[in-house]
Amino acid sequence: MTNVLINAPKTARPGEIVEIKALILHPMETGFRPGTNGRIIPRNIIERFTATWNGVEIFRMEMSPAIAANPFVSFFAVATESGTIGLRWTGDQGFLVEEQVAIAVG
Amino acid sequence: MRTAWIALGLASVFVATFALAQGAADKRRSGYQDMGEALQKMQDDDTANPGMLFVQLGEQLWSQPAGAANKSCADCHAAGSMKGVATRYPAIPKDAAGKDVGGPVDLEGRINLCRTANQRAEPFAPESRDLLSLEAYVASQSRGQPIAPPPDPRLDPFRAQGAEIYRRRQGQLNLSCATCHDDNAGKKLAGVTIPEAHPTGYPIYRLEWQALGSLKRRLRNCLIGIRAEAYAYDAPEYVALEIYLMDRAKGMALEAPGVRP
Repeated sequence: MTNVLINAPKTARPGEIVEIKALILHPMETGFRPGTNGRIIPRNIIERFTATWNGVEIFRMEMSPAIAANPFVSFFAVATESGTIGLRWTGDQGFLVEEQVAIAVG
Repeated sequence: MRTAWIALGLASVFVATFALAQGAADKRRSGYQDMGEALQKMQDDDTANPGMLFVQLGEQLWSQPAGAANKSCADCHAAGSMKGVATRYPAIPKDAAGKDVGGPVDLEGRINLCRTANQRAEPFAPESRDLLSLEAYVASQSRGQPIAPPPDPRLDPFRAQGAEIYRRRQGQLNLSCATCHDDNAGKKLAGVTIPEAHPTGYPIYRLEWQALGSLKRRLRNCLIGIRAEAYAYDAPEYVALEIYLMDRAKGMALEAPGVRP
């Protein structure tokens, strides 16, 4: 079950700077911790987060094991045209989540 | 137009009196008030509060059929019908026929009772994500409502037991709950403000846990902190303590899911 909370404005004026915030449910297991059986729990993190605006990449972030569980990412973009903002998280063990939000500029 | 102004005037009077009633007479502080501004904003913003991720999960679970009865919570309970429920627990539950079932249970216990009796499914493991998510979903519907323990005289002995545990010194450090949370609340313990221990935000998303946790988990934490042996998860001592703590926080607004450092 994937679980994401996205906070992006639905409308913006042309040239306006908008903030996009995204929160995702993920354990971000570091790969350094031993489990109750003494064995190391395999690493399970989100490796990469990318955001696109109408398919054009506007923000990219590489994550590391030091980032806490359920990472919250906030970034800014200049609103130029109406369309969709695509958010994509990829990580260990084939983790892939894609979400889209619409934004109207004008 | 004029009626609108009158309505606005009345509304502001109401807001002012409400603020006075909460502020002046009531000196109790929720842990929320002792947090930094950044954390308060995190809790208030539903898209930044990580607890809301679990509320979302709980909402999905709510309509998922389970057990031999193949019924979901939503099959019996209408959407939004859990409003105010979290303010009343722990309580002595009734079954579908209106008969009392055993001793007092907290909200988690109530969810598991419904699960075993009505859905005929395995109860959720204590502190499991599904249980906490459902609890968060139910509790979030009572947000902003005052904590209102039921006026049930049968709860009195349990409340007294909870109060006794709260004041009993225990553990290698020989501290009681009251030592910190009554006598020294507001002072510092290793740089952290000691809260007054009002269970206003449970289940909480605690940043230290990086997960949602119940009031039981918080109580276990405190017990381990005073080097006492924590009770087993299903121990009635927790429910007794919860009954006492909810009574102590009577009238304070529920904030679930809270965010705490």
